[in-house]
Amino acid sequence: MRIPVSALIGLILTGAFFLAAIFASVIAPYGMGEIVGGVWDPVSDKHWFGTDAIGRDMLTRMIYGGQTTIFVATAATALSFITGSILGFTAAVTGGWVDQALSRIVDLVMAIPSLILALVILSVTPVTLPVLILVIGLLDATRVFRLSRAVAVDITVMDYVEAARLRGEGWGWIIFREILPNALSPLVAELGLRFIFAVLFISTLSFLGLGVQPPLADWGGIVKENSAGLVYGIPAALIPAFAIAALAISVNLVADWVLSRTTSLKGGRG
Amino acid sequence: MLVGLSVHPVLKLVVQRISLGLLLLLAVSAIIFLGVEALPGDTAQAILGQSATPQALANLRAEMGLDQPALTRYFDWLGGVVTGDLGTSLTNKTDIAKAIGQRLGNTLFLAFWAAIISVPLAILLGLLAARYQGRWPDKVISGVTLSTISLPEFVVGYLVLYFLAVKWQLFPSVAMVFPGMGMMERLNAVILPVIVLVLVVLAHMMRMTRAAILNVMQSAYIETAELKGLSPMAVIWRHAFPNAIAPVVNVVMLNLAYLVVGVVVVEVVFVYPGMGQYLVDHVTKRDLPVVQAVGLIFAAVYIGLNIMADVISILANPRLRHPK
Repeated sequence: MRIPVSALIGLILTGAFFLAAIFASVIAPYGMGEIVGGVWDPVSDKHWFGTDAIGRDMLTRMIYGGQTTIFVATAATALSFITGSILGFTAAVTGGWVDQALSRIVDLVMAIPSLILALVILSVTPVTLPVLILVIGLLDATRVFRLSRAVAVDITVMDYVEAARLRGEGWGWIIFREILPNALSPLVAELGLRFIFAVLFISTLSFLGLGVQPPLADWGGIVKENSAGLVYGIPAALIPAFAIAALAISVNLVADWVLSRTTSLKGGRG
Repeated sequence: MLVGLSVHPVLKLVVQRISLGLLLLLAVSAIIFLGVEALPGDTAQAILGQSATPQALANLRAEMGLDQPALTRYFDWLGGVVTGDLGTSLTNKTDIAKAIGQRLGNTLFLAFWAAIISVPLAILLGLLAARYQGRWPDKVISGVTLSTISLPEFVVGYLVLYFLAVKWQLFPSVAMVFPGMGMMERLNAVILPVIVLVLVVLAHMMRMTRAAILNVMQSAYIETAELKGLSPMAVIWRHAFPNAIAPVVNVVMLNLAYLVVGVVVVEVVFVYPGMGQYLVDHVTKRDLPVVQAVGLIFAAVYIGLNIMADVISILANPRLRHPK
């Protein structure tokens, strides 16, 4: 199997981001909240990325911030895939009023811009990590629902699904043993795009001050903390901004590659 | 033909679509009001904090009408919204409709200029990319737009702010507008947020325009036009573009709806006194009536633009114009 250069770069960068997130406490040079220098110290060999608005090491903040961002985005993506695909497959398999009810609810939720709906919800609920993961994951599940329902509708009319139904298998068997394996490739390609969406979403919420709360750091929050410096020509806020972009682009490169490899077998029907 | 009772099918479709949209809007208002009520979290507790006495909580609930059943309050609220009364803010007791008026104008001003610039630019770039498909202009345009899609709006905002306003000092960094400002002054003030919004919607709009044109380019009549010796640009302009208008208009409308979300973040970046900034401020203060009112307005604009996209594509479909 030959991996194109762009996908290879994407894979390496994505891998590096995830490794840095997992081993954050090992590789970070200082403590997360430790004040080790002056306000916005420039780049030096002690502080590779300089220091932040209150003198914390920027590299350390970036590593811990990446950990939070990647953790929230991964958890939200997992949640959206589990709920979205199970509900989507259920809607496609059972049809009738279950399908109608689920599809109309999803239409309704998608009729409101996600960010606006998230803001409305977060104005009532406490802003904690589990709540953020739930909100992002469930809002994102609507898109996974649409995709998995569309894919599954094509598969449910296949002879082998009909055969399974006729020999009396329950819907659990049909969903997990007949449909899921055949719907996997388009869903895997979608996974990358949903992950990027979750990264951008949590970063935007944190940037607006409604995501990850201090003392925890995440990339969107670090942009917010250091944004005041930009006007004085201190580019510290651009470092996390670049990190978000780099993560999004590298996951995109991988997703594009997966997508181009799997479009020929969409729905597993080769 | 009996004209008297038969309604033109286009009119019927349009009326259907609009009433469906209104129904959707009603359902959305129910979600924004009742759905939020059902969430865990107590508004009175949120305002007074954890140390509030039960008596104080009960008083505040009575004052805010929170002791009424949710459905009663929903219909009260809905009745108010329809008649232009959006209620009063919890935190500073001001009339929400009054506070919104000015800000809505500011936001629409920003969105208007972003739309005026981005729509023709996106269509032009989309045409160019389709014309030179697979060659360098297409690759450059696609590459640049792909990277702007990967950036969240606030990152684009700060990049533009840092380079255009601070490093090269071309434009003011803070978008201050106030009543009584001249038109040119006002335009100069909003130039950076407008650039950011244009960049944010341009990419999506351009990519979808390109796809719509390339889709039409596979038709047989395009091949005929090429074979009779028209230049590639003339083929696109005279034969492909008119047939791609419906999808392109759809794309434009959907992206203007996308502008609704972009505007929230961009206003915060540039401290612009618009609806988005107002919404974010009051989410932080947990001022539910304001959040619900502003959320509903944003959702209404979004749904309205989607209805318009559908109506225009119905109207642009020549097959529906002539009733059988």
